[in-house]
Amino acid sequence: MIPAVALAIGVALGLLVQPSVPIALQPYLPIAVVAALDAVFGGVRAMLDGIFDDRVFVVSFVSNAVVAAVMVFVGDQLGVGGQLSTAVIVVLGIRIFQNLAAIRRHLFRA
Amino acid sequence: MSGAPDLVRLRPTRGTVLIGILAGVLGFALAVQVRSQQETDVFPAARQEDLVRILDDLSAREDRLRLEIDELERTRDRLSGDVGQESVALDEARRRAEMLGILAGTLPAAGPGLRLTIEDPAGTVTAEVLLDAIQELRDAGAEAMMLNGVRIVASSHLVREGRGVALDGTTLTAPYRFTVVGESQTLAEAMGIPGGVVDVVASLADARVVVDPRPRVVVDALRQLRPPVYARPSER
Repeated sequence: MIPAVALAIGVALGLLVQPSVPIALQPYLPIAVVAALDAVFGGVRAMLDGIFDDRVFVVSFVSNAVVAAVMVFVGDQLGVGGQLSTAVIVVLGIRIFQNLAAIRRHLFRA
Repeated sequence: MSGAPDLVRLRPTRGTVLIGILAGVLGFALAVQVRSQQETDVFPAARQEDLVRILDDLSAREDRLRLEIDELERTRDRLSGDVGQESVALDEARRRAEMLGILAGTLPAAGPGLRLTIEDPAGTVTAEVLLDAIQELRDAGAEAMMLNGVRIVASSHLVREGRGVALDGTTLTAPYRFTVVGESQTLAEAMGIPGGVVDVVASLADARVVVDPRPRVVVDALRQLRPPVYARPSER
């Protein structure tokens, strides 16, 4: 409940304040967001599995976002930023699908 | 270990507050990112390699469009050239048709020339005399001739008929009036040479000839063209 409300507040804040993304961060923000989404779905799945843990969630959320952004940053430095960001998105996408499948099985028993 | 009851009970422990903050940050970043994607120009944010790719795409497209322009311009030039050649060919054909029309007697002709009148009250002027006159006029460069309203062309023939003559089947009587288009001075001199038309006619009884050069005469008698029955254009 609290996370959902906080999420809504965050979205409203982002829409209201309308900050511009610093150019230096622009390639990394979307990757970090996708990584955080993956962590959120993983957290929901763990909650439904009954193995949710605050610490694990916080650490995985932060580390997911940071690692994804860092990977893309390193890729940029090596000149393969585009490909590496695609790779990260693909991996995170697969994980999100798997987590969503598990959530679906829990919710609909199917 | 029982996280779900914690969340459900809404008891704000340190963990749930942290999770809430993270969720808020996520929502914030999500909104910001979506909005920046909608609003900002993509180029300042794009990577160098992406920019290079975009540039490559654009220059490839430019090359293709340039080729298309070249091709279309060539087509245009060809088409306008065709039109030019066609009108030149048409003008040439028209010019030839006019030339041949004057030659064949199907078109009226006008220009400098002379009038030649042979008076012959006694009927002593024969077809031969008139034929000689026609030949001498031709030799002197006559381009179009008519005699008493009958066009004289290459196939014209003269036959004695009673007191007069028949030109191409039309009976003519004196006075014989030639209307001739050509260089009037040359034609007049040709008529006057010793042993020429004037001399011959003057030697005949009662006959008289008047040569009258004019800056402009009109040969408006026409001739119906008969298509050849046997002759066909031939490549040599």
